[in-house]
Amino acid sequence: MDFFNYWVVIALMMTGLYIVMAQQNLVKKLLGLNIFQTAIFILYISVAKVLGGTAPIYTESATLYSNPLPHVLILTAIVVGIATMALALALVVRIHGAYGSIEDDEIRDRSKQ
Amino acid sequence: MIVTQALDVVLLLLLVMTAVAIARVKDLFATVMLSGIYGLLSASFFVLMDAVDVAFTEASVGAGIFPLLMLAVLSFVGRYEADSKRRVALPVFLLTLVSGAVLLLATTQMPAFGGEDTPAQQHVAVRYIEDSPQEIGIPNMVTSVLASYRGFDTLGEVLVIFTATIGVVVVLLGVVQPGKARSLPADEDMADHKVLRIVGKMLIPLILLFALYVQFHGDYGPGGGFQAGVIFATGIILYAMLFGLSNAQRVLPMPLLRGLTALGVMIYGSVGVAGLLAGGNFLDYSVLASDPVSGQHLGILLIELGVGVTVASSMVLIFYAFSLTTSSDGSVER
Amino acid sequence: MLEQGNIVSHICLLVGAFLILSGGLGILRFPDFFTRMHAAGITETLAATLIIVGLMIIAGWGIVQLKLFFILLFVMITSPTASHALAKSALHGGLQPKVKNVVDGDSP
Repeated sequence: MDFFNYWVVIALMMTGLYIVMAQQNLVKKLLGLNIFQTAIFILYISVAKVLGGTAPIYTESATLYSNPLPHVLILTAIVVGIATMALALALVVRIHGAYGSIEDDEIRDRSKQ
Repeated sequence: MIVTQALDVVLLLLLVMTAVAIARVKDLFATVMLSGIYGLLSASFFVLMDAVDVAFTEASVGAGIFPLLMLAVLSFVGRYEADSKRRVALPVFLLTLVSGAVLLLATTQMPAFGGEDTPAQQHVAVRYIEDSPQEIGIPNMVTSVLASYRGFDTLGEVLVIFTATIGVVVVLLGVVQPGKARSLPADEDMADHKVLRIVGKMLIPLILLFALYVQFHGDYGPGGGFQAGVIFATGIILYAMLFGLSNAQRVLPMPLLRGLTALGVMIYGSVGVAGLLAGGNFLDYSVLASDPVSGQHLGILLIELGVGVTVASSMVLIFYAFSLTTSSDGSVER
Repeated sequence: MLEQGNIVSHICLLVGAFLILSGGLGILRFPDFFTRMHAAGITETLAATLIIVGLMIIAGWGIVQLKLFFILLFVMITSPTASHALAKSALHGGLQPKVKNVVDGDSP
């Protein structure tokens, strides 16, 4: 039970990795990357949690807080993640314009011709 | 405690189930909807882990903007995956299984979840928790760390967002001449959706107001520039979807947005330079006012403003770029 | 006073949870798109209302109660709108409200 969160993180990571490697569709690959990314967010936030603590907002009544530092790192990573994901999606749109397909193997076939 | 753990297990298992469903479903439209659910579930998990600021961000990004952009892309590339001819699934599956097993082995070496005395809770975290309420003078430690202690780091993140936005605009609009707005819900398409338009009209001002609340309340509760920026952008995007892109552009034209995206980064950098001129270090706010604590307040307010402006205008700009692109290959698959 | 409030709030929360459960079952078991949407609608409006009212009673008079009230207001406005838009686009996409074995093409 002590490691349950970490096990789930690994399961999610591997699901994401599987999608990125096994799927041919570029949009699907990006969704896989998103799953992988969120797994890492969950890892950081799980590490930050202190059982019995509260959210890191100072109040008179609380003495035990969860660690604010991973929260900061992940908060910014989420917004940076969506911006870079938008760039990847823009590239997907351009690839579709150039090759007429977003399937990995079809793109390879057409670029050989 | 037992309730927290039970919820933890349930939410994480739901996340795994959603991820597996995303891997298996062939309909891309359905997978995008599932990834919205995935974002919402992880946001709920973050609330459970006391990461309220992170949950806020994930809820607005993962369940809001991300599926929206994905749907915009699906309108170009078609809804269904092709059946793959190559069969690579089995070796890849074995590979992920093996690497998963190795990682599982590694977790046994990690400190147990939720401990007070794990290495992650030592060192700098103790100082942030104990000193920041007096030193910075605001209750939300996440905001103190984000904007003040690690302000330089955050400047880098804002620059990445800025750069990525430039990339999106160049990739989508720089090469081909932007045509007329595509058939994303445009003026005439949505004209018969009276109910949506009226409710949207009611909600959009409230969304924008809420974004401002999140922006300026970030010192005292969960919130700040990143969340506020995304929420503000959602309001504008909702307007563009309901009333057409041309109407939205009358409110926020492209050139203005480009300027605002740069302006936010400039505000951020200028605060750093102002610290230098006042005799402190780069991004040291204590010297900005006569009293260090009020200097910190001023610095954090300005920095969060810069972050909010950049994030909001970036998100709207990215949405505009996707909407304005004409598909150079108009053929729809299947 | 406190005791009474607690009982009322617990009843609200329990009934709300039960309705969510039945709504979820309905989405799984109902035969076609429109009946499923009806099940989802119950979850969205009545169950959410009951749960938020229960939480409002627990929270007591204060800023938290006010915030919960605003959330309730938004849920009451947005959920029916979302259901309406969904049903309208399903009809627009050619889905007829009839019992079918296979439900597909639930969007235009």
